[in-house]
Amino acid sequence: MSSTVNTGNTTTIGPMGAPSRRNTELALLVFAVLIPVFAYINVGLAKEGTVPAGVLGYTGGLGLLAGIAHVMVRKFAPYADPLMLPVATLLNGLGLVLIWRLDQEPTITTDALGGAMAPGQLMWSTLGVALFLGVLVFLKDHRVLQRYTYISMVVALILLILPMFFPARFGARIWITIPGVGSLQPGEFAKIIIAVFFAGYLMVKRDALALASRRFMGLYLPRGRDLGPILVIWALSLMILIFETDLGTSLLFFGLFVIMLYVATERTSWVVFGLTLSAAGAVTVATFASHVQSRVDNWLNPLSLAENGGVTETAQAMYTFGAGGILGSGLGQGYSRLIGGIAPKSDYILATVGEELGLTGLMAILVLYGLLIERGLRTALAARDPFGKLLAVGLAGAFALQVFVVAGGVTGLIPLTGMTMPFLAQGGSSVIANWALIAILLRISDTARRPAPAPAPSTDAEMTQVVRP
Amino acid sequence: MSELTLTVMRLGFLAVLWLFVIVAVQVIRSDLFGTRVTQRAARRGADQNRPPAGAGRPAPDRGRQSGGRGGGRQRRGAPTKLVVSEGTLTGTTVALQGQTISLGRAHDSTIVLDDDYASSRHARIYPDRDGQWIVEDLGSTNGTYLDRTRLTTPTPIPLGAPIRIGKTVIELRK
Repeated sequence: MSSTVNTGNTTTIGPMGAPSRRNTELALLVFAVLIPVFAYINVGLAKEGTVPAGVLGYTGGLGLLAGIAHVMVRKFAPYADPLMLPVATLLNGLGLVLIWRLDQEPTITTDALGGAMAPGQLMWSTLGVALFLGVLVFLKDHRVLQRYTYISMVVALILLILPMFFPARFGARIWITIPGVGSLQPGEFAKIIIAVFFAGYLMVKRDALALASRRFMGLYLPRGRDLGPILVIWALSLMILIFETDLGTSLLFFGLFVIMLYVATERTSWVVFGLTLSAAGAVTVATFASHVQSRVDNWLNPLSLAENGGVTETAQAMYTFGAGGILGSGLGQGYSRLIGGIAPKSDYILATVGEELGLTGLMAILVLYGLLIERGLRTALAARDPFGKLLAVGLAGAFALQVFVVAGGVTGLIPLTGMTMPFLAQGGSSVIANWALIAILLRISDTARRPAPAPAPSTDAEMTQVVRP
Repeated sequence: MSELTLTVMRLGFLAVLWLFVIVAVQVIRSDLFGTRVTQRAARRGADQNRPPAGAGRPAPDRGRQSGGRGGGRQRRGAPTKLVVSEGTLTGTTVALQGQTISLGRAHDSTIVLDDDYASSRHARIYPDRDGQWIVEDLGSTNGTYLDRTRLTTPTPIPLGAPIRIGKTVIELRK
């Protein structure tokens, strides 16, 4: 929709802006549904030699989910970004296929390990899309969230603290268990809610944080009292690290705060501060917390023997990448089941991708994540209100940090942390929360890309009548 | 399943995956470089006989525009485009096709000046009957300068002479 109106014999240039682009989205969505179906058939042919029986049901199910989401976006967010929904659908669909593919391995699909996980994951994805639709329908304007700045702080804190009172699973206290329903990871939801808090808080306080500062050695140092919030968040993330024994969540929250602080104030000094503080915190904690130490040891010496005398999972993940090579072994023809447990379905799902699709496929997946994040940041650029800008940066930043923390951990760039790859990995909370995150981003981008209402035709615009005394 | 089929599927899947990425990037690209040039004059010029004074509505964007040739009406040596050579809009060009170009901060000017020293309706540039381009100050607060002289009356613009409005410099070029 151009912002220009032609009145006669002129040439006008206007930003082509965003025509609604829903048809582009539809075409990409069809593509995004067909790729996982291709993968599904590929796995079936490789494992059993036949096209899997559930292919029609799977195509129908994924297609139906994507179709409903598309129709609702068409109705409730007609100017939203055309790329986010297809990319999210593709990642979710591929994740389902990969989990189903790992379900075909009897050694890691025993009852003790929870059995087949693809049906459950499909159900969580459906719930995720339902929440996505709910957010689109009920959140008419993202600025409403601004009213809940401090409430969301309290809610996020509760969600973060809650898991401390529940028993640790897989070495981390990030789950809460509701008897009869199952368990969920509140941290996944907290990351959205805390982005709302940071956005609302920084929008109000950014001038104080940006302007009241002294210059020292080329850096703008904030005043002592303005350091308060960053120190509080730092302490909080350290507490998560110590008491919940979860490096990933802790890194995510502190990183998110530093990113948003930097975007809000344009002061590099915050980034320097943030990096210094997190490095100091991590080193300090690593000296006395044994679980962090073991993670760091695994990272530094992946090839040394694990405590049980076997190979460390980090080393196994590296072997899978090595086995995959450039082009991969082909879907359904890898051996990532050897990692054992449910790890290949959750934390190490990228290892499966790396082995069966090779470097080429892994790069494609990472580029897809990159595209999703880029669209989030572009939404932030296009958004007109400061709250929307900060919120979009926060959500895209949280997503990016999560991808970085997991991919970095699996590929051995940083010590491994217990987070899930958004959309791809097995885990209900993660899928649901990330669909909600995408919905909020779509809502912001719909507001940002909606064309400005056409100015009322005025007689002035026709010919400039100049009246001079 | 034969080895060949599986190999073809393996490579085919990677190709399809990357095809999706490429298509997605194309979609982004059309979002990034989207400016639309609407040339009413070129399309409907022949049957339009009203005086060429329709004021252009806003909007030099990031300055991507085809330098439209003004057809056979242009004299030899006459300027064909207006170029902003200094100021925040540097690089913006507007094809001269016999229309009046209004300059100012008002959002409906042909060139919307984002300049603290510009008035909302600052100046206009229009062709007289002979096709000579004239710049006229519309009673602006800080004045319009052609070269170094402040304009008091409508003045013909020599080719390449700088017209200054605040920090913005505009020239007519061939």
